[in-house]
Amino acid sequence: MSAAMLGAVTPTTTYYLILSALLFGIGAAGLMVRRNPLIMFMCIELMLNAVNLSFVALAVRFGNIDGQTAVFFVLVVAAAEVVVGLGLIISVLKRRPGATADDLAELRG
Amino acid sequence: MLDVIWLIPAFPLVGFLLILLFGRRLGEPRSGYLASAMVLASFVVSVGAYFDLVSMNEEERSHVETLFSWVPVDSLQIDMAFLADPLSITMCLFVTGIGFLIHLFAIGYMHGDPKFSKFFLYLNLFVLSMTLLVLGENLLVTFLGWEGVGTCSYLLISFWHTKDANASAGKKAFVTNRIGDWGFMLAMFLGFQAIGSVSYLDLNLAAESGAIGESTATGIAMLLFVGAVGKSAQLPLYVWLPDAMAGPTPVSALIHAATMVTAGVFLMTRMNPMLFASAPEVSVIIAWVGAITALFAATIAVAQTDIKKVLAFSTVSQLGYMFLAVGSGAFVAAIFHMVTHAFFKALMFLGSGSVIHGMHEEQDMRKMGALRKVMPVTAGTFIIGWLAIAGVPPFAGFWSKDEILLFTLAERGPVLYAIGLITAVLTAFYMTRQVIMVFFGEARWGSHANEAEAAQLDPADADADADDASADATPVETHGAHGEFKPHESPPIMLFPLVVLAGLAMVGGIIQLPSFGFIPSGWRHRLEDWLHPVVRVGEAEITDTSAYDAKGLLALLAIACALAGIAAAVAIYAKKMAEPIEPEILADGWGYDRAISAFMGGPGRKAFDAIAWFDKTIIDGAVNGAATTISKSAGVIRRGQTGNVRNYAGIVGAGVVLLLAWFVIGRGVV
Repeated sequence: MSAAMLGAVTPTTTYYLILSALLFGIGAAGLMVRRNPLIMFMCIELMLNAVNLSFVALAVRFGNIDGQTAVFFVLVVAAAEVVVGLGLIISVLKRRPGATADDLAELRG
Repeated sequence: MLDVIWLIPAFPLVGFLLILLFGRRLGEPRSGYLASAMVLASFVVSVGAYFDLVSMNEEERSHVETLFSWVPVDSLQIDMAFLADPLSITMCLFVTGIGFLIHLFAIGYMHGDPKFSKFFLYLNLFVLSMTLLVLGENLLVTFLGWEGVGTCSYLLISFWHTKDANASAGKKAFVTNRIGDWGFMLAMFLGFQAIGSVSYLDLNLAAESGAIGESTATGIAMLLFVGAVGKSAQLPLYVWLPDAMAGPTPVSALIHAATMVTAGVFLMTRMNPMLFASAPEVSVIIAWVGAITALFAATIAVAQTDIKKVLAFSTVSQLGYMFLAVGSGAFVAAIFHMVTHAFFKALMFLGSGSVIHGMHEEQDMRKMGALRKVMPVTAGTFIIGWLAIAGVPPFAGFWSKDEILLFTLAERGPVLYAIGLITAVLTAFYMTRQVIMVFFGEARWGSHANEAEAAQLDPADADADADDASADATPVETHGAHGEFKPHESPPIMLFPLVVLAGLAMVGGIIQLPSFGFIPSGWRHRLEDWLHPVVRVGEAEITDTSAYDAKGLLALLAIACALAGIAAAVAIYAKKMAEPIEPEILADGWGYDRAISAFMGGPGRKAFDAIAWFDKTIIDGAVNGAATTISKSAGVIRRGQTGNVRNYAGIVGAGVVLLLAWFVIGRGVV
């Protein structure tokens, strides 16, 4: 394939949004079907980044910097969440090796 | 002295606090002296206040001393304030004066009691409450004292609470008084609703000016009367007073004869403009309740054998006279009788206490007799009290009773007057019976000792004399310790109050002599003139009636009735000319107590059970049902909380989809 062929398919904002929706759907589905806490955690990250992608795409589309600002905000929050969430998950797994999310159901009513 | 009127309740308060803190260390007899000194100090302040008032113009004799704002709530402003006027100072004088004498008596009477200082603790608390009651400037301060005296009454009736009967007598008094307190409180609320104040001056002014309508005034007066009926032991709530004799005798004299039980009469007199503003039927009802109570209690007193029970029913009967006076508009006569009654009834209660003390806790008159030989002072003073209550001139009781009867005939007609007269005959009769049974006739005490004496007359006599001598030196240690039973005269500290009260019972009538020709005009109606700023009605109300014209004749009739009663009792009990008629039903108090017990035990009990069932099933059922329903439904709902993170995620996801759908479809946001 040549650059011309690639250039023939000019990515529009719609493509980015579709990709973002796909990524988000994968993340959401993974969160619900997988039991490994680490994988679930990665799914959450995936959803966050899917949203980031749509933010950036729309920011470019409308020439407005607000969307990109929001992305930075999300990144910071995600980093903080990783620190806390990953710490929790590791300490849980240390105590109960091989535990799945379904095993951790102590809050059942 | 009027500026420091608060000292009158303050002194007993100090005594109360000191004995509360150091009572055990003070011990006997110092706590008794301390308590007596405090009451004496109050009496001195009262005397000072009296002379202050006398020196003022008649219309100025009303001084309000405000200590602090007690209940400042928006439009409800109640001060802790005292009202010094002729009525309250009259009450203070006799409450503290007689209170002091009875404190002195109690030092001797309670000698050797393990709870000696506690007794004086309660007595001082009582004097504090009673002075608050009479000095209060508004209904709430009076109510504070009203409840205070009720509490002291309860504590002192069941003072020897280890005996079941005493404890339940205390409870009976307390519960019965609650009914009266209910009336008092409602009257207070009604007064506040009507004029926004509970001050006596405001209420009475409003009643006089017509700012309070007749229906409201009727309500207030009737409810106050309910309160008075409870406190002053009138029908149908008199039942607690005879049982209250379970308390130590000084208590019976102070609380259940001289002071507390007259609080109802005081209250009605204090609020007398309200009575005039209310429907005339209220006064008629009060007069009838008083008259019937007087007669009813007098008939019961005829057949009692307990020395104190006779006096208790006599007190109920005399209180009935006071209410008859109140209902006849003779407020001055009511206060007059209250004061003279306080003199002679306190005297007789203390006399009976002296007898009980000398007889080593024996209260049955059938086991007494001929005590005048061994207890000459007690007998002499008691006889003066007897002549006073029987209505023999010139003793105090004659003048006050005569004035009440005169007003009754003039204002309420012959029927109530006849009831009053019959009661007077009965009063003379049962009091004579008591005096004969206790002080005259043959000695019926210590029959087993008599047998021993009959066997060896002289040695036993010598022995008894020696015993008597040792008893004089240390009366209590020998109580019950010696084999032979020998009554003894009481120590001087108990006889002194008796002598003073006997003097007062003799000359007490001087404060309110009627307008008979032979009495100098300066000596007539002194109490009426003195009380005039508070009680504006007096003899002038009845001067145009035919009863008033015949007042000399009526007085002679009253004397004849008294003498007839005395003669009948002498004939039956001293000369044994006829068998005494003391039917079981009278000794039993017309079965009133048993009727209440039967009613409360039978239908009453069933009604209470039904109410208890209703409470348990319907009221509790509703509350518990609501709780159970919520708990059950919560049990269902909580299953949604699986604790499974993935479930939650799914629900959140579904929620997001629904929200989006709502935005897109419902609101059309694309």
